[in-house]
Amino acid sequence: MTSTITIDPLTRVEGHGRITIQLDDQGFVSDAHFHVTQLRGFEKLCEGRPFYEMPSLMARICGICPVSHLIASAKACDEIMAVKIPDTAMKLRRMMNLAQILQSHALNFFHLSSPDLLLGMDADPATRNVFSMASTHPQLVRDGVRLRQIGQLIIELLGGKRIHPAWVVPGGVTEPLSVEQRDTILRMLPEALTITLRTIDLFKGIVDRFPEETRAFGNFPTLFMGLVDDRGGLEHYDGTLRIVDAAGSRVADGFDPRRYREIIGEAVEPWSFLKFPYYIPRGYPEGIYRVGPLARLNVVDTALTRWADQELAEFRQLGHGTVLSSFHYHYARLIEILFAVERIEQLLSEKEILSTHVRAHAAPNAAEGIGVSEAPRGLLIHHYRVDGQGLIEWANLIIATGHNNLAMNRAILQVAKRFIRGDRLQEGMLNRVEAVIRAFDPCLSCSTHAVGRMPLAIDLVGAQGELLHELRRR
Amino acid sequence: MSKPRLATLWLDGCSGCHMSLLDLDERLLELATKADFVFSPLVDVKEFPRDVDIALVEGAIGTDEDREKILKVRERSRLLVAFGDCAVTGNVPAMRNPHGTCCVLARAYHETVTESPQTPTENLPRLAERVCPIHEVVAVDLVIPGCPPPADVIHEVLTELVAGRMPDPARLSRFGQ
Ligand code: SF4
Repeated sequence: MTSTITIDPLTRVEGHGRITIQLDDQGFVSDAHFHVTQLRGFEKLCEGRPFYEMPSLMARICGICPVSHLIASAKACDEIMAVKIPDTAMKLRRMMNLAQILQSHALNFFHLSSPDLLLGMDADPATRNVFSMASTHPQLVRDGVRLRQIGQLIIELLGGKRIHPAWVVPGGVTEPLSVEQRDTILRMLPEALTITLRTIDLFKGIVDRFPEETRAFGNFPTLFMGLVDDRGGLEHYDGTLRIVDAAGSRVADGFDPRRYREIIGEAVEPWSFLKFPYYIPRGYPEGIYRVGPLARLNVVDTALTRWADQELAEFRQLGHGTVLSSFHYHYARLIEILFAVERIEQLLSEKEILSTHVRAHAAPNAAEGIGVSEAPRGLLIHHYRVDGQGLIEWANLIIATGHNNLAMNRAILQVAKRFIRGDRLQEGMLNRVEAVIRAFDPCLSCSTHAVGRMPLAIDLVGAQGELLHELRRR
Repeated sequence: MSKPRLATLWLDGCSGCHMSLLDLDERLLELATKADFVFSPLVDVKEFPRDVDIALVEGAIGTDEDREKILKVRERSRLLVAFGDCAVTGNVPAMRNPHGTCCVLARAYHETVTESPQTPTENLPRLAERVCPIHEVVAVDLVIPGCPPPADVIHEVLTELVAGRMPDPARLSRFGQ
């Protein structure tokens, strides 16, 4: 008799999801699905609204990475206005995106994933959380809270508000940076660097405890996609798309992200509100690819900053051509935090960063605009069409977590096959299935933009489709 | 006296209200010593527990599943707090109402799709025809406006509630803030 396991809700992820695992007659895993269970309809609900409202509206797709939505949306609006925004505005936007990558990566590592990594995958679920760790690992928790806070403070200093700042607008930003703000940010950076380096050391000290997880956590060949700058360096604001295969060979390079529709298709499966983007030339589902920190480090030639490049060299040793195990998203995330800190410091040292010319004004001059940015979780695309008055007629959004949907589904199947036996089900087995999802750091609020939020639950379903076991932790 | 049992839940929202809760930073850890977080996206509890003293709910009611959840939360909680503008007014998620559920689904799963366009339904909740704020479904004891409510406001409200007093958040925050 076959059966299904359901994990619902998925916890310690940014959103609502559910996992179902199908078992065959012998109690072996035969299939697994990751369901996103809500749709919010942003692609439709924006219709009829003026284009200049879009950044503030679209930021509400996600409270964890609102800045990346602000930026992709504002860039699409810059195109609708047909303006080239002032250089300083571009740098300030870039800085805010990096601050957000810093805080979002810190949230994933410290608040959500570290209980698995430091207390262990089989630890008691009642205490497997950041609140308990405040007594067992006080330094780590303090570091995590502080690092995330530094990212949020930089966002607040720039934009006046930590979540949904209205500072990024079509044409640039609303306020320039003052000397005092610059100096306040500069004073926080050394501490951020120290915390990050300390955390990387700690991570390297524990990673050997997870040989099986490293082997089975979404460890398979796929394509990898990310933006790179004109030197092949790590890029989160502009640049062109590069796609490499599992061996590290370039499948596409220098590709203008505005032409995304030529290479990125979107498929629908009946069991998830989250769509399944794929690389069109390879078809569906063979066109599976990954985005986000792991993919970005796999596509670049260099990080272009000192500490991040040093770690990048070590990161590359983990694979041949590319690093394939999704477990290494954790390490990649820490390296990107280093990069963000270093890059923010570079940007602040440039003289024109204090320029007061930070906004271009124009009426709508083009009927269409496409804006991209690298969100913490990967490439984000906003695409709008407007009428003559600048009212939105049509919108399409492809968000980071969506790109990883095929890979996340394949990853939970791999983990489930490796760790789950229907006849002796243990909580720790299910936690590993959730932990691989945490490694991808899916943003379930983002995923549900068009789509919904995801509660995560595991159902064990029988061969006849009957519900055998629902694992809901109490 | 045992510590108050605190729960936080996320329905049809963007998680921004929960992020603002996290923006309490070290004050959140301090709060966790005065109250027990018995249910929250941050802890591994899968079933909403009984005897909750304070439940903070982010987001509007967007699916039949949200509706079931809020009924259960109401039944099991002494004090239910509508946390942020989406919970209080419907806010952004309710902007889909004038377009109708079927147009929203058509845009997402038919018009923008290149492979097997179809409306997903298997194992998934049904979208509500009309997104509504929490108070249309259950009685709400306290509202905290803001999109999201600022961390300082959340801190003051929770400190008061945990101490057994009733705060007045309307004095501290406003809609759309
Ligand atoms: S009130 Fe604002 S911040 Fe809170 S969930 Fe709704 S959109 Fe997000």
